[in-house]
Amino acid sequence: MLCDVCKCNDATVFLTQILEGKMQKVNLCDACSKEKGVQDPTGFALADLLLGIGAAEEMEKGGPTQRCPVCGFTQADFKKTGRLGCSSCYVTFAEGLGSLLKAMHKGTEHVGKLPQRAHRALELNDRMRNLTENLQKAVAEENYETAASLRDQIKQLEGELAT
Amino acid sequence: MKFANVMATGGEWLRGEGPHHQIVISSRVRLARNVRNRAFPGWAKKAERIMVLEQIKPRIEELPEMQDSFSELLQDLSALEKQVLVERHLISREHAAKSVGSAVIMNRRQTLSIMVNEEDHLRMQSIRSGLQLKSAFKLVDKVDSTLESKLDFAYDPHLGYLTACPTNVGTGMRASAMLHLPGLVLSELINQVIQAVNKIGLAVRGLYGEGTEAMGNLFQISNQTTLGEKEEEIISRLSKVIETIIEKEHDARQMLIQRKSNTLWDQIGRAYGILTFAHAMTSKEALNLLSIMKLGVDLGAFPEDRRLPIDELFIETQPAHLQKSSQQKLNAEERDQLRAQIIRERLKLFPKPDIIKVARESGNGASSAPSKNE
Repeated sequence: MLCDVCKCNDATVFLTQILEGKMQKVNLCDACSKEKGVQDPTGFALADLLLGIGAAEEMEKGGPTQRCPVCGFTQADFKKTGRLGCSSCYVTFAEGLGSLLKAMHKGTEHVGKLPQRAHRALELNDRMRNLTENLQKAVAEENYETAASLRDQIKQLEGELAT
Repeated sequence: MKFANVMATGGEWLRGEGPHHQIVISSRVRLARNVRNRAFPGWAKKAERIMVLEQIKPRIEELPEMQDSFSELLQDLSALEKQVLVERHLISREHAAKSVGSAVIMNRRQTLSIMVNEEDHLRMQSIRSGLQLKSAFKLVDKVDSTLESKLDFAYDPHLGYLTACPTNVGTGMRASAMLHLPGLVLSELINQVIQAVNKIGLAVRGLYGEGTEAMGNLFQISNQTTLGEKEEEIISRLSKVIETIIEKEHDARQMLIQRKSNTLWDQIGRAYGILTFAHAMTSKEALNLLSIMKLGVDLGAFPEDRRLPIDELFIETQPAHLQKSSQQKLNAEERDQLRAQIIRERLKLFPKPDIIKVARESGNGASSAPSKNE
């Protein structure tokens, strides 16, 4: 059996992990297992290893020459480290990351904690949407007095959103 | 606060007073956070790492939870001091390898420690004795909320908190408990338990986390996924699984007393004998034997007031603690000698294991007490 990483040497290290009923197997040769830290227990994680291997293929779907415009990180870097360069990489490599995250996690949408900052922005956006809808309605109904008041409120909200 | 104070004060979780403390040594919850528009520490250049550090560190130090804290840059800590912090689970092994551009800040009680520029800009961890995942989360969640009002964290409405490794994205939370499971190991049921736990998306690891060996019958169990589930749900799911494992461990211990009592007494007797008389001992051997002594206290073979000295030896016999307390760098052979010496002294006045008492208390009468063999 050949090594899953270099695909040229015989595999001598076999790893198995069962995750949510799915069995995942990785076979490595001596050199690759050393390089991946399998023989150095301090830095080794099967998940990372799997992430590194499957991940590289997934990421290449997004176009192999892609580079993060913010931090300059490339897919080759991801393949090497299994980590991303900066928060914008999640946008740059969104396509490849999508299926990777799907395989890795319970869901694809965050349902946990919301930072106050994001919470406030969401509230303001909600209010903005309401006001805009009401404004369109008021204009359609030729209710110009209400429309003028709504426009003022929108302006004020735009100011708040900008801060 | 100086490093000497960190050494001198044991840290709250080491005293072992939390719920289910016989089996659950400690509960930990950590959150990973990053500052928006800055490269993650592994990719950032040194100058950027230092800039982020200078931005974050004062904000942490001014937290009400961090009054009279221990705060050090990693380059100002010796290799030995870093290792002591690793042995206490206050920093990760990965963080111990860092130098310029990284820091650690922890409170006096050692219940809260924050690593700056580990794999993420911020790794905040709360650690409690026994099974207290909820209260550990509450503390670290509060700290996160305070910091978030002063720092702009990288957050995406769909993906949640953005982290260097995609395995942490979403909640950025890893909740884990350290379990002492000698009963399941001795009755050879541990692999079944590990497989069952893995199947439901939880990870089981050794003493020092990923990829480390399970020494001293100590196992860490933690959530594997961080996206698509609320923090509270993850924690309650994990807590339920741990409660089930605690039950299984109790069952296994009862089974051992009733059906394999001779093996059990033999193990406890050997642990007692070797620890009391050995003159050289590796940390692995010490952990494995101390684990059996701890089991002995749990089962009543040793008086309850001998629990603390055993628990303390678990940490004091770790390589860095040993060297730090002896104020000198020792080679492996010298360490093994010193370790055995410290244990011998501590166990000098330790009573012999009282196995008859265990058999009586477990309601198993004299039939399984090894009277024939004595």
